[in-house]
Amino acid sequence: MNTNDDTGVYLALAGLYADYAAAVDAQDWERWVGFFLDDCEYRVQPRENHERGFPLATLALISRGMLKDRVYGIKETLFHDPYYQRHVVGLPRILRREGDLIEAEANYAVFRTKLSKETTVFNVGRYLDRVRITPEGLRFASRLCIYDTEMIPNSLIYPI
Amino acid sequence: MGDTPVVFPIRPVWESKESSSRIPFSVYTDEENHKRELERLFYKGHWCYVGLEAEVPNAGDFKRTVVGERSVIMVRDADGGINVVENVCAHRGMQFCRERHGNRKEFVYPYHQWNYKLNGDLQGVPFRRGVKQDGKVQGGMPKEFRTEEHGLTKLKVAVRGGVVFASFDHAVESLEDFLGPDILGYFDRLFNGRKLTILGYNRQRIPGNWKLMQENIKDPYHPGLLHTWFVTYGLWRADNKSQLVMDAQHRHAAMISTRGSGGARSEVTAGVTSFKESMEIQDKRLLDIVPEDWWGGPTAVMMTVFPSVIFQQQVNSVSTRHIQPDGKGAFDFVWTHFGFEDDTPEMTQRRLIQANLFGPAGFVSADDGEVIELSQYGFEQKPFHRAVAELGGYGEENTDHMVTETLIRGMYGYWRKVMEDPA
Repeated sequence: MNTNDDTGVYLALAGLYADYAAAVDAQDWERWVGFFLDDCEYRVQPRENHERGFPLATLALISRGMLKDRVYGIKETLFHDPYYQRHVVGLPRILRREGDLIEAEANYAVFRTKLSKETTVFNVGRYLDRVRITPEGLRFASRLCIYDTEMIPNSLIYPI
Repeated sequence: MGDTPVVFPIRPVWESKESSSRIPFSVYTDEENHKRELERLFYKGHWCYVGLEAEVPNAGDFKRTVVGERSVIMVRDADGGINVVENVCAHRGMQFCRERHGNRKEFVYPYHQWNYKLNGDLQGVPFRRGVKQDGKVQGGMPKEFRTEEHGLTKLKVAVRGGVVFASFDHAVESLEDFLGPDILGYFDRLFNGRKLTILGYNRQRIPGNWKLMQENIKDPYHPGLLHTWFVTYGLWRADNKSQLVMDAQHRHAAMISTRGSGGARSEVTAGVTSFKESMEIQDKRLLDIVPEDWWGGPTAVMMTVFPSVIFQQQVNSVSTRHIQPDGKGAFDFVWTHFGFEDDTPEMTQRRLIQANLFGPAGFVSADDGEVIELSQYGFEQKPFHRAVAELGGYGEENTDHMVTETLIRGMYGYWRKVMEDPA
């Protein structure tokens, strides 16, 4: 990965987005946690709260430890109807770059498929990211999932 | 062959006259029954939750919401009072307000520009006196047309502790009488006059009958079983010091609990598959509980105010949960998390992080929506059958423990009184 020139950064970021989507669609939660720095933030927040300045998020995880707690919840404690999710993520749009920190965004759509049911649109929104370039590759300092979807279809178990 | 049951009963059949412990599935599946519930429980004789005063702090601020399945607008008047009016124009019935919040000096219905004061009074009708053409007045409303007779439907409003209730029934008893002294006491504990600050919303659509959410928060049986988090960390388990309290009519309830030690194995965790002795939180901020003076002892008070709302205090997380039915098989569940004006930034942050336990993704609330959905599936396929709510017996009484389904029986005792009234 050559992150010294703009094209290299862009490609690396696109690669991160593609890898992230593949991991959450494959329910590879350890890999999901691995995309984040220790000191990180992951929020899934309704667009309404984001735009009106209300701090509440549907999920608000503020460290890699808390991401691991969510993984434990998904694997061991949360009862839910089984489902697959499938992410379609748009191309990254770089908003700013300062040293090894990139601010970027991308649109996403998540489809949900329940067993014996049709596939439905589950959650649609925009990732708003701060990504750090590290020797091990790109890692999220923060990932905000700001969703347009007005009503969560019952529950949201897996990360977006 | 004669013992094959009729699958689709005409109306709910209760097995017992005395006890409401066996709840016919058809109370969750029947369309006619649902309309009657809207009529008798949401539109008549009851106060419904519409919002918090803090959502409309300034004159002209409004919020669109619902009472039952009817769209209404809560708006703050120029004089500071709160009005609730129905979102249907008196002219041609259009639902004129589509924004969910905002600020207005008046309401204008875009189709024919009738305009209303913020209290719902009709103030202007275009071409009311006709249009002058070639020295003649053409058209216009008949001269006996009176604007006073064509206002928006105004609801009766009650505000207490910053919480706004409304009723289409102007003959409804006072909010205080409606809640009764015991429930009012718990209401006032949470809404004790401090100004509230809005932290934000969560909205989810749950494909199940609306009553199931009332029952969920009248059911202290499940949290210590379904919700691993509650059991393991002692937030809610069968051996916690607790109380179940209803109003005199058994429609509202409070489940009051004081957090125990958690962790250690005991009778109530033995054989409970959701209990995880080895479970350890990596980031302790998820459960960084700091007692607050106003709690006065209990660490959790979950209040169900029938039929429309749940008031939640679970340690430092406080919210209102608005039940908005949409037909017999679904409801929207709107969470408004809030804090208090004197909260430190640390307390606000604590409330926001503890909110991870609640809402559509919550460690302990996501599964409630899931079990409600799957219950509805069961009811739909077997509407002649009934649920059994007999933990703790058949009666409806307050208890000082939570190993009982008394509150559910109480709610259905009341439900039957109202729904089976021949009037």
